[in-house]
Amino acid sequence: MTAVLPREAVAVAKPGRIARLRTLFSTTAFKIIAAYLAIFVMFAGFVIGWLGFATQRLLTDQLTETITAEVRGIAEQYSIGGIRRLVEVVDERGRRPGASLYLVATFGGDVIGGNIGELPPGTLGRPGWIETDYRRAGEDAGDRPHRALAQVYGLPGGFRLLVGRDLEERDRMREIFGRGFRLSLLVALILGLIGAYFVTRRVLKRVDAMTEMSRRIMAGDLAGRLPIAGTRDELDRLAGSVNEMLGRIEALMAGMKEVSDNIAHDLKTPLTRLRNRAEEAMRNASSDEAHKAALGSIIEESDGLIRTFNALLMIARAEAGNQRENMAPLDLAAIAQSVAELYEPLAEEVGMTIAVNAAPAMVTGNRELLGQVVANLVDNALKYGRPAEGGGRVALTVETDGGEAVLAIADEGPGVAEADRGRVLDRFVRLEASRSRPGSGLGLSLAAAVARLHGGTLTLGEARSGAQPGLKVALRLPRLAHDAAAPPAA
Amino acid sequence: MASMRILIIEDDREAASYLVKAFREAGHVADHAADGEDGLAMAMDGPYDVLVVDRMLPKKDGLSVIGELRAAGKETPTLILSALGQVDDRVKGLRAGGDDYLPKPYSFSELLARVEVLARRRTAGAPETVYRVGDLELDRLSHRVLRGADEILLQPREFRLLEYLMKNAGQVVTRTMLLEHVWDYHFDPQTNVIDVHVSRLRSKIDKGFDKPLIHTIRGAGYTVRA
Repeated sequence: MTAVLPREAVAVAKPGRIARLRTLFSTTAFKIIAAYLAIFVMFAGFVIGWLGFATQRLLTDQLTETITAEVRGIAEQYSIGGIRRLVEVVDERGRRPGASLYLVATFGGDVIGGNIGELPPGTLGRPGWIETDYRRAGEDAGDRPHRALAQVYGLPGGFRLLVGRDLEERDRMREIFGRGFRLSLLVALILGLIGAYFVTRRVLKRVDAMTEMSRRIMAGDLAGRLPIAGTRDELDRLAGSVNEMLGRIEALMAGMKEVSDNIAHDLKTPLTRLRNRAEEAMRNASSDEAHKAALGSIIEESDGLIRTFNALLMIARAEAGNQRENMAPLDLAAIAQSVAELYEPLAEEVGMTIAVNAAPAMVTGNRELLGQVVANLVDNALKYGRPAEGGGRVALTVETDGGEAVLAIADEGPGVAEADRGRVLDRFVRLEASRSRPGSGLGLSLAAAVARLHGGTLTLGEARSGAQPGLKVALRLPRLAHDAAAPPAA
Repeated sequence: MASMRILIIEDDREAASYLVKAFREAGHVADHAADGEDGLAMAMDGPYDVLVVDRMLPKKDGLSVIGELRAAGKETPTLILSALGQVDDRVKGLRAGGDDYLPKPYSFSELLARVEVLARRRTAGAPETVYRVGDLELDRLSHRVLRGADEILLQPREFRLLEYLMKNAGQVVTRTMLLEHVWDYHFDPQTNVIDVHVSRLRSKIDKGFDKPLIHTIRGAGYTVRA
């Protein structure tokens, strides 16, 4: 079988290119470069314009000065030698190479000397400075007229003298500046566009790679991470923090999956039991008494379920960390004592003792949550911390350790293997040994979540006070600074 | 206990009709309002002994209903029902003027016990200094407990347990109510800790006497009666 050329791919290639170009134009990098380009062009325009203006001014000033000097000189000649001398001087000067423009006329406007062939009518009417078109003597009427700056001077006796300089030079200069400006504009534009293209393409390539990767992650590849170029620039920093976020999300998702798996198991099991009992009661129970017993056990089972749900909710709320408003300064020792007192008769019933050794330790906390946690831990110790030979003592201690208040519960039971210690803090994890006994598997997870909510930690270790390793659970919370000065608990 | 008039403000019709029926079976009169506005109007006019108010209601939420009642000078004891069973939520409810708080799902026996205690608290006059049930006598000032002529020595916590039971003599007191009033904790004890405390107390009060005074009410809690 031969490979078939993907025709559609060829067909979409062109619009794809246009779309690519369009995205190129809409990128931030491109916009920034365009803005800089505009600023540069404006700056160049200003500099060139100002230079041109200054040069023009300079040239005009020079022309004016020259003309003024000549007018003065010629007028002097007139006062010395009259109109004849004047015409002589003007004709002589007008023949020199690069000569100025001269014209002498009578009051009536008849030209009597000079090198100007033609002027617009009425030019000589008023004395003063003018800019005017002219043709030199000997030039055709069809030639393009030139421009000149000139001074018209009224001589005593009614004669008019015009002295001027051609403006060709000045206009040429203006043109040079104009051309220079247009050229630099063009060069800047081309260079800017090329630069923008390469810079944005480089950036776009990386952003495209990130977009591509994030799409894949959204599609379900939670292990994917954004590429990092190693340049330590903004994009790398962004990719780095997004990757960290992805790591957290991945961990959360893994946690969620585990929790939902566990919920499926640990909630479905009692639900199934519940259903079975109801069904069995419907089928078999013959007497009122049997019905009542079946209903009683169903209620009991659903109470257990509600408890599990409540514990899950509490953990979720504690982990969301939004219960800080209900925190107040409190003494961990008082909580330890009241919980110990609550559980003491129960301990006695199962043949165990609770020993409390609590020094005052003030923390900022939620009494309900902390009470619940300590109760859970004591409950655990009474359930699972019984030594094989019977009896057993649960030690409840509160002490301060630097900036921390430490509440610890130690039992003399089999303890928890080191490998399992991290795991038992997870939701629903129950070690096989305890699976057959009642409990939701949420007590320690709640304790850990509450510890985190209070800015503290929950650690598991060995108690080593009895024949067996024993389990020691320590709740470490940040201590309130002033408790050392507080009076001992009454 | 004498018949009470109870107003249930609850938008879930099934839950409300179940409550109305169950309260009637328990010998009380129960009315129902399906939203906050109706509930407020009925609570303002009607001579109710207790209000049972759902936290989340259409038109006007439960806490606002209670707030407006209290602002109008109505002090009818109120129990808040809420699907939000959290500690801070409870505090919010009580701060808004509620007298008791019960998270959903609840057992009816728990609700009934709490409602009856609330209603009686209202009719009770000045607090008594000596509680008497049969031949059992508890003096709240001297902290002495007598059964007939014999003095019974109790631990402080046992005394408070008996005090709360006798204060509500003749009424059912649930385990969570005991935990709340005697230990001031509102969480749900995982095991039968309260039962052990009560059985200890019972061994001191009832042991050796013909007529037991502390009774277990199956599926609900305890009661002290002659």
